[in-house]
Amino acid sequence: MCLGIPGEVIEFLPDQPDLARVDVSGVRRVINVGLLADEPPEPGEWVLIHVGFALSKIDEEEAASALAFLEGIGQAYEDELAALAQSQID
Amino acid sequence: MRFVDEYRDAGTAHALAARIAELCEPGRQYKLMEVCGGHTHTIYKHGLEDYLPEAVTLVHGPGCPVCVIPMGRVDDAMHLAAAPDVIMTSFGDMMRVPGSKGSFFDAKAQGTDIRMVYSPLDSLKIARQNPDKRVVFMAIGFETTAPSTAMTVLRAAAEGMENFSVFCNHVTIIPAIKAILDSPDLRLDGFIGPGHVSTVIGCRPYEFIAADYGKPVVVAGFEPLDILQSIYMLMLQLSEHRSEVENQYSRVVPWDGNPAALRAIGETMELRPYFEWRGLGFISHSALRMRPEYAAFDAELLFEVPGVRVADPKACQCGEVLKGVLKPWECKVFGTACTPETPIGTCMVSPEGACAAYYNYGRLTRTRVKEASRS
Repeated sequence: MCLGIPGEVIEFLPDQPDLARVDVSGVRRVINVGLLADEPPEPGEWVLIHVGFALSKIDEEEAASALAFLEGIGQAYEDELAALAQSQID
Repeated sequence: MRFVDEYRDAGTAHALAARIAELCEPGRQYKLMEVCGGHTHTIYKHGLEDYLPEAVTLVHGPGCPVCVIPMGRVDDAMHLAAAPDVIMTSFGDMMRVPGSKGSFFDAKAQGTDIRMVYSPLDSLKIARQNPDKRVVFMAIGFETTAPSTAMTVLRAAAEGMENFSVFCNHVTIIPAIKAILDSPDLRLDGFIGPGHVSTVIGCRPYEFIAADYGKPVVVAGFEPLDILQSIYMLMLQLSEHRSEVENQYSRVVPWDGNPAALRAIGETMELRPYFEWRGLGFISHSALRMRPEYAAFDAELLFEVPGVRVADPKACQCGEVLKGVLKPWECKVFGTACTPETPIGTCMVSPEGACAAYYNYGRLTRTRVKEASRS
């Protein structure tokens, strides 16, 4: 829950500018990007996601480093990814 | 003891460790607190304590949101979940936290409708799909998760939802740090500041620690080298008699945080006069509740909440661990009666809890345990 998960922004949902489709370790899910409204990310940029909301923009190198940290955590990250896979934000 | 890949170069780690050692004044002991449970996890997993000179001790702080929830609040949530037509929703981390009558998992097994969600927005969706039910979201966490709850409430209000509410248990990190600074139990020399919380609140809220208490703060990232670098920065400040707030994690943490997130919290939530923290007791202005304008989404007003204070099990010493007074292995039930499979205390429940992190990775730092048992 407290883990920030890196995701790559794929596209914004056409009729809901607050929502974006992101790729997280191969899992594609919709998240809310409303908290980055002051400086919205572009498709192809990376964000750090907490419980379905992008909290900050990061670069690709930081995304790789965050991912390495998460993979090292093991079970808790797998649980978080499993929870994300169940998520159906719309 | 060993870094697993090239991101975590052992040579750089040893070089940093040597520079840290050079900064130690002979005869002086240094106690540095890492506030965040994510940092605790990295420290144990990579055995960072074994890199440090003996004069430098890391003290594990209260920054594990699940660990600081008192038993009484778990009981309140379970009482609320058992009300007619209620669907309780919760993050997975919360499911195994023991209350006085068991955990959410136990209640679920007995037929209470408690569902795990990834995001508060999933909880809102469950409310939309179940118009004849009352859906309550068990909101927990520091400033990393509070904006998500706030945004979800704003969305629920915009949609005019009438069957969604929040049982708000959000806590704020600054008053907890202040309580630790004011505690006579512990004398600290500096703080490794939390990473993700600071993406929201920024670095300014820590300035009082440097200005009023004369202790340095370095906001740190989560890689092993980030933490060693931050310890070096703290030790450099101490050796130069400086106390400032520095940002080692500037590649993610802006100095002013995330203004949109702070606005969302401020619009929907206000500080409680006081809130009970497991182990730390009651701390003034340390938690959030819904603002009166959003009373329609406040489960504490919509439902009867017993609010009974429940003492922790006698054997459990989570309070001392959360304050950094005891190391996990010094607790009487650590690893025997209390394990991640059958936790007695909250510090053993969450992977960010100091006890669970030590239990899972502590074998890497056996030398430290031996030192501790001799002293």
